[in-house]
Amino acid sequence: MSLNVSNLACFRTGRLIFSNQSFVIEAGEAVMLRGPNGAGKSTLLRALAGMLPSEGSVILNGIALDKDVDGVQEQIAFSGHLDAIKPQLTVGENLTFWARLFEGGSVDNAVDQFALAEIWDRPAHACSAGQKRRLGLARLVVSGRVLWLLDEPTVSLDTETTARFADIIKAHCAGGGMALIATHIELGLEGARVIALDPTNMRTATPSSDPFLSEAWE
Amino acid sequence: MSIWEFANPVRFMRLTGKVLPWITALAIGCLATGIIWGFFFTPEAENFGSTVKIIYIHVPAATLAINAWGVMFVASLIWLIRRHHVSALVARAAAPVGMTLTLIALITGAIWGQPMWGTYWEWDPRLTSFMILFVFYLGYMALWEAIDEPDKAADLTSVLAMVGTVFAVLSRYAVNFWNQGLHQGASLSLDKEEHVSDVFYQPLLLSMAGFFFLFLALVFLRTRTEIRARRVKALLLQEAN
Amino acid sequence: MNATLAVLMRELRLALRSGGGAGLGLAFFLIVVMLIPFGVGPVPHLLAQIAPGTLWIAALLACLLSLDRLFQADFEDGTLDILALSPMPLEGLVAIKAFAHWLTTGLPLVIAAPILGITLSLPDTAYWWLVISLAVGTPALSFLGAIGAALTVGIRRGGLLLSLLVLPLYIPTLIFGARCVAAASEGMDVVPAFQFLAGVTLFTLALTPIAAAAALRMHMR
Repeated sequence: MSLNVSNLACFRTGRLIFSNQSFVIEAGEAVMLRGPNGAGKSTLLRALAGMLPSEGSVILNGIALDKDVDGVQEQIAFSGHLDAIKPQLTVGENLTFWARLFEGGSVDNAVDQFALAEIWDRPAHACSAGQKRRLGLARLVVSGRVLWLLDEPTVSLDTETTARFADIIKAHCAGGGMALIATHIELGLEGARVIALDPTNMRTATPSSDPFLSEAWE
Repeated sequence: MSIWEFANPVRFMRLTGKVLPWITALAIGCLATGIIWGFFFTPEAENFGSTVKIIYIHVPAATLAINAWGVMFVASLIWLIRRHHVSALVARAAAPVGMTLTLIALITGAIWGQPMWGTYWEWDPRLTSFMILFVFYLGYMALWEAIDEPDKAADLTSVLAMVGTVFAVLSRYAVNFWNQGLHQGASLSLDKEEHVSDVFYQPLLLSMAGFFFLFLALVFLRTRTEIRARRVKALLLQEAN
Repeated sequence: MNATLAVLMRELRLALRSGGGAGLGLAFFLIVVMLIPFGVGPVPHLLAQIAPGTLWIAALLACLLSLDRLFQADFEDGTLDILALSPMPLEGLVAIKAFAHWLTTGLPLVIAAPILGITLSLPDTAYWWLVISLAVGTPALSFLGAIGAALTVGIRRGGLLLSLLVLPLYIPTLIFGARCVAAASEGMDVVPAFQFLAGVTLFTLALTPIAAAAALRMHMR
């Protein structure tokens, strides 16, 4: 069980976002992804989830992203800037929908860990930003996926909930899971490895895939 | 050398830069000869009078209007399968030309229809099909305009071209079911004797060739413009980095 | 099966809870049909003659009304990203969403159409075929709409573009559907038109999930 990334590069509309990223995440490991704004943290996470085209190799548990996108995606849970919550549904309806769709982990467990019982019947539009985020993160637990890709997961969470979320990540990793977390804050994961994305050293490369930048122009 | 090498923008620019003047010259030559011959040096047909002469514009425009969609379809398919940028840009370039040809066919048809059938417009299957084709062109071009990212626009318009082709053909036959119509059969076919006699046929062929080269020249010209626009965009992005 | 049902139930819940989602299309249908006599004049035999086409065109426009939200809401709140990672293929998801759209938009129209047929003096012989042709034809409208919705997801002012893209695709369904009802009201043979209508619908059901899912994938990358 591991995630092997080598020489990963990503271009968006002919612009290089990052290149030459190589790292390994072993089972049971939570890794922090750091870098200033615009360094490409979100893009990297989305590329790993197969939601953006990338160059290079991503292998998750022996399955290569460029060979079998579905095979990789079926092991990934993703949490981005948006909570993917329907305001018309209650908290419970939102969560049970994801649980039934992913047919993965336990709803009770998620409710417990994110303290959702008290707001279970509340319509999601009546929830605070922090409550919505908790609901969004609870989806990670009910999805039952091995690799969590988290993009600024602690936005709008208070310190207490942030600490609790750190424990949930630890529990996930203790069970053999993996997590890659893009964040600016100290999450409280002692000894977690850090991958730094540096925007300055990578602007020199030109996208080999863009034929409109060829040198041999008339 | 494989044909796919022309899918490289630089090669395409070099090649079309060389042949474009010749194609343009051919287009002007064929069109001028065909139309002057057809307009002034053919007899008037018995049942049609002088109005028949619009055939030298109407028939080639109508034929190419359909074939322009065919070019779009094939170019879009190539983009989806092989992801050659030039192919997507050819599809984009062909659309306004095809749309204009459709419009020319509709207008010349209306002008011709008035003396022949006593009406500018009739909901005849052929006329209706062309109006449908016109709407399909409009939608295709609007989708290109609506999407900022060039590759995404190429992807989505290609899907539309595929679906549109299927439903344009389906509509063509559905329309037959709906109304029988006035329009004569195809003016040009392999057994030409049945439809158009030789005196009209030869200048018509010439005019057809003229329209074909004109179409080719316009598509090449527009593709070259699109390629240059893409290069400008790419260079600006590179500078911004 | 569990997942399929979960998606379907959720779509229905969302449609019913989103400010009269289902009722809106029905009200639109009613208003369009009501406007026709104002434009044409209250002449029963004239209305009877144009009733099949009027009912079909009104149903088609009512169907178009709610299409632009089919994927737009999921795109905006990030749901589409998560759905793409789910075990359910995107094609299946598109099919379920289009089916749910039909249940909440098309089906009410099918039920309401005969009542509005009375107001247009539709001949007695045509009522069954009106219901049958709409029941068979409107799923194609929802599914074809899914292609347009998938192509225009995330585009500013996509609603107008959606109409421009989708309406031409509706032509075969409209021709055969309206022909069914017209043939029935004129006492002619309905079967050929009906067979074509059913054929177009089946073809559409098979084709559109693939095309729409492809378009959604292109949008997400």
